[in-house]
Amino acid sequence: MPHVIAASGLSLSFGGVKAVDDMSIQLRRGEFLGLIGPNGAGKTTLFNMLAGTYKADAGCILINGVDASRGRASARIGMGLGRTFQIPRPFPHMTVIENVLTGAQNQAAETILANFLRIGKVAAQERAAIDKAKGILNFLKLDHLMHEPARVLSGGQRKLLELARVLMADPSVILLDEPAAGVNPALLGFIIDRVRDLNARGTSILLIEHNMDMVARLCHRVVVMVGGRYLTEGSPQAVAANPAVIHAYLGVAAQ
Amino acid sequence: MIELVSYGAFFLTLALTFAIMCLGLNVQWGQTGLFNVGVAGFVGIGAYVSALVTTPDLPERLGGFGWPIAVGWLAAALAGAVAAALLGALTIRLRADYLAIATFGFAVVVQLCVLNLQSVTGGPFGISFIPRPFGALAGDPLIFGLLNLAVVAAVTLGVYAALEHLTRSPWGRVLRAIREDEQAATALGKNAISFRLQAFAMGGAIMGLAGAVQGHFIGYISPEAYVPILTFQVWAMLIVGGSGNNRGAILGAIVVWAFWAASGALIAAIVPPEEQARASALKIVMIGLAICLVLLLRPRGLLGELKTVSRHVDDGKDAKT
Ligand SMILES: Nc1ncnc2c1ncn2[C@@H]1O[C@H](COP(=O)(O)OP(=O)(O)O)[C@@H](O)[C@H]1O
Ligand SMILES: [Mg+2]
Repeated sequence: MPHVIAASGLSLSFGGVKAVDDMSIQLRRGEFLGLIGPNGAGKTTLFNMLAGTYKADAGCILINGVDASRGRASARIGMGLGRTFQIPRPFPHMTVIENVLTGAQNQAAETILANFLRIGKVAAQERAAIDKAKGILNFLKLDHLMHEPARVLSGGQRKLLELARVLMADPSVILLDEPAAGVNPALLGFIIDRVRDLNARGTSILLIEHNMDMVARLCHRVVVMVGGRYLTEGSPQAVAANPAVIHAYLGVAAQ
Repeated sequence: MIELVSYGAFFLTLALTFAIMCLGLNVQWGQTGLFNVGVAGFVGIGAYVSALVTTPDLPERLGGFGWPIAVGWLAAALAGAVAAALLGALTIRLRADYLAIATFGFAVVVQLCVLNLQSVTGGPFGISFIPRPFGALAGDPLIFGLLNLAVVAAVTLGVYAALEHLTRSPWGRVLRAIREDEQAATALGKNAISFRLQAFAMGGAIMGLAGAVQGHFIGYISPEAYVPILTFQVWAMLIVGGSGNNRGAILGAIVVWAFWAASGALIAAIVPPEEQARASALKIVMIGLAICLVLLLRPRGLLGELKTVSRHVDDGKDAKT
């Protein structure tokens, strides 16, 4: 089972617009894969299909070898797939640590009865989750904000918070949608650092990113999408030098 | 003096039955964001189920099992939960405004059923002689009133404690997460529909219980008690007390019920007798005014939603020192 994600022939239309058209993508175990393309290329839509948020009109998705083409979005994290959103979606009125605790999986106390019948187990699980959440917040330098409501976080901190929530579930693969967009340079370096660290520890990562410097520093391989379709792939350097890719970016920019 | 204490006990007992309804609505709206405008329907179901379970067998009416009051209350809660689960299974996927219409329609249907199923519910005549807790002591109004207050207060406290426990549990946390951002919660593995359904059913159970407790306290129920005005009152109580806060739900019920009773007394005192039936509509206007005032002065209600955290997280004050 060399692929953590193997998607083929994915298509999705919104009304008459084909946002993604017969797109295939494979993510190898342990790989750091970049997904680039001009705005509107369909990258986020592809993510949303992989994450189960949108049902594909056609195509097939395998996650860790299991067919997920028809699966529910809420079942994805149990299959090992976590994702962040292009525009961060914190739970604004919950504290930062409560946000992160929400990412914990298989908590007995998420059923009503266990809260009354298995108090000991619930307490032990919750304490373990809190320890883990604190460790993750520490790793992402959010620990000093632990008890603040998430709405006070800056844009970059919100991206980190989303990552923290996902890490709580120990995913084997993470989809990152533009984690660097709108993030100040100091924080950007830190995010790059931490994401690389995660990959080095064995998490496979699929990254949508416009910042080619970041892509070059992180990605083993880059897939290029244009107009909802697969264009080409290769090493970051090869893709950046590919005339077809340059044309695609400039062509869209010139429209 | 004794009369005053008796009246105080009576007033507070009745207010607490509303507080229980309000706690149920708080689970649905305050914690989960489910817009239920059919509160009266669930309360009515609870009241009638418990009455049928506990009243003695009567020839002119179906049912009447003569079981203990506690059994009636449990059956009422169960009936409220089942009704909410069934209605929820059909409607919980809908957008908030459709859920509102569906719950409103549900309450109207319940009321019409109760009114017309005369052989079961007594129709417009209602059901009387519902057994009252400590009914044997009814000869001594003071003792009787205080004992009933104690029972209803204990039920209120029990529901409150259970809900506080759940609010601060991972279950409550998931409800809040879904309310704040369903897509994000779903991406974290939470099945939003299942959790909403659970919250809706739990709220329905609590409202059913409240209806039963109230019915047994008054000893008589009839269809006109379960009309939309009841739903309006419970909503007013939650908004005034502070949506999302269980203590606020209880406080709001007491305050609004006091306001309601006081404005009723005021109307009785100043309006000529022949106009009083019409003037009682003014009570609704006054409650509306009270809501506006509270929302202007305290937009989140008397007691707003707390920064709720898991009971296992140290609350941060000591963590920062
Ligand atoms: N929910 C939606 N409804 C309608 N059109 C959409 C929706 N999401 C995306 N699109 C359209 O699909 C195309 C691809 O969008 P997107 O996947 O967000 O591109 P990218 O992430 O590559 O910038 C765009 O034309 C966009 O307008
Ligand atoms: Mg995008």
